[in-house]
Amino acid sequence: MLDHLPALQVVVPLMSAPIIVLLRRPGAAWLISTLASFVAFAIAVALALRVAETGTVSYAMGSWPPPWGIEYRVDALSAFMLVLVAGVAALVMPYARRSVAAEVAEHQAYLFYAMYCLCVAGLLGMTITGDLFNVFVFLEISSLSTYVLIALGRGRRALLAAFQYLIVGTIGATFYVIGIGLLYLVTGSLNFADVAQRLAGIGELRPVLAALAFITVGLGLKLALFPLHQWLPNAYAFAPSVVTTFLAATATKVSVYVLVRFYFLVFAPSQALEGVPVGGVLIALSAAAIVAMSLVAVFQPDLKRMFAYSSVAQIGYVTLGLGIANEAALTGSLAHLVNHGVTKSALFLLVGGIVLRGGDASFASLAGLGQRMPWTSFGIGVAGLSLIGVPATAGFTSKWYLIAGAAEQGSWWIVALVVAGSLIAVAYVWRFVEAAYLAQPPAGAAAGEPPLSMRASEAVAVALCVVLGLVTAFNIGFARRAVGLLLGGAG
Amino acid sequence: MGHYAYFVAIFLMVAGLYVTVARGNLVKKLIGLSIFQTSVYLLYIAPGKLIGATAPIVAPQYATYSNPLPHVLILTAIVVGVATLALGLALVVRIREAYGTVEEDQILAEDERRDADA
Repeated sequence: MLDHLPALQVVVPLMSAPIIVLLRRPGAAWLISTLASFVAFAIAVALALRVAETGTVSYAMGSWPPPWGIEYRVDALSAFMLVLVAGVAALVMPYARRSVAAEVAEHQAYLFYAMYCLCVAGLLGMTITGDLFNVFVFLEISSLSTYVLIALGRGRRALLAAFQYLIVGTIGATFYVIGIGLLYLVTGSLNFADVAQRLAGIGELRPVLAALAFITVGLGLKLALFPLHQWLPNAYAFAPSVVTTFLAATATKVSVYVLVRFYFLVFAPSQALEGVPVGGVLIALSAAAIVAMSLVAVFQPDLKRMFAYSSVAQIGYVTLGLGIANEAALTGSLAHLVNHGVTKSALFLLVGGIVLRGGDASFASLAGLGQRMPWTSFGIGVAGLSLIGVPATAGFTSKWYLIAGAAEQGSWWIVALVVAGSLIAVAYVWRFVEAAYLAQPPAGAAAGEPPLSMRASEAVAVALCVVLGLVTAFNIGFARRAVGLLLGGAG
Repeated sequence: MGHYAYFVAIFLMVAGLYVTVARGNLVKKLIGLSIFQTSVYLLYIAPGKLIGATAPIVAPQYATYSNPLPHVLILTAIVVGVATLALGLALVVRIREAYGTVEEDQILAEDERRDADA
């Protein structure tokens, strides 16, 4: 049984979806998806502990040995991502019951949970698999369920947002398939480790460069790399709150993770990357993302949209570290996946609470929120500090490593850029503080905190923003081990 | 001319992508997307076939085999493509019910008008 944990990691949420569809009752659907996500989280933690003890776990799906069969590979990097994805999936479930009941029509609720389970299964599968084509299959499982989840949002704009994301997401996934097709034609293998080995002997070849370009653009669309981010703000703003939270914390991060695997474990050992300014391009795009998207975020009329644009900027910090690609910067990047994931889940959970009570999250309706919803406002304040990167919060630790990495390389303008990005973040978080604490609430405005089950999830997420800033064993510790794997060769 | 399968695939790829980006009609966008995805099927399958070769059956009279793996991969990709198209069309039906049109510029204008009223 314990030997099969890597398979169960994906199978448990995957099989929950059809069971939910058969049962059809919203209560039962919620219960099953909660159980599934907590079991998935437990499996992820167990796998991470095993990897920390005994090293990489390789699981041959259906007992077909790699590179012929599909390999599930849990190493320091994927274990780290599994814990993040399954952790966020479990974190939002207690919150989901009341939030989904308020935002999704009752006869569609069971379908919502079924799609949620499929999305979790897809993201976990993308993370755990060691097979190039399998990544595509799981990418599409998670994407197709994401389109449905976004379309379940209130109002007709969610439909158009879902459709636009469907077009862009499918183009991205198809680009990825073209890329791995070219790699397959060159190497004759689809296993990550095997492809890396065979590429190392080949040297420089044009199809490999084309594959690199297709994979970068394809995954860039999925991870909302500036300027391929246009789908993201609408999708986040019009999706149900639970979906926004889950996507912001996991979906783009998993695509970053796949890109990291390609860059550092497949392409880097070969000579394919030599003479190609991948790092320079990434740094330039990330710099644009950090400055432009943070500035756009300042001028949004709505809290959800503001944090959506801020997400694009925060992804910029992650890709910035990938571009710099020394040990400290990569540690910062990987840690930022977790830190930003936790911070954004806290923020979007709290914003979901405001939407539940007040109907929307526009700045006009936030006036005097500090008096009407003191806990929610306080939580957004704390998570906002983590978003800015104030010391003793999660956001600080990863930015510290990024700055250290840039300084090590002597790129002082990048140091200035990270600081500037943080200052702009102060501006947009301040807009919330101003509206919530310095304005008088209008007479007769809705008051009262969200229900206890929702506040429990919010409290855990906000607490994590601070705890991960003080106890860095998980985020920094794990990131360091993963970086050791990335820079140590094909491992 | 040995590469003509690739030329066909790349023509379809670019044509499909162009239709997806340039057309405002949501159904036409989906048609373009389908053409784009179909081109990738060709890109995979064409190199797998060796002229004069058979399926990999181990028997003394066959010596050269075609690679069956690309077919299997593309079978999966076709399933994914069909699912995407079905979901996309379902969304278009819902959009048409909500907005009364499937033209992107009219939908956006409608949203803007609603914003101006609010």
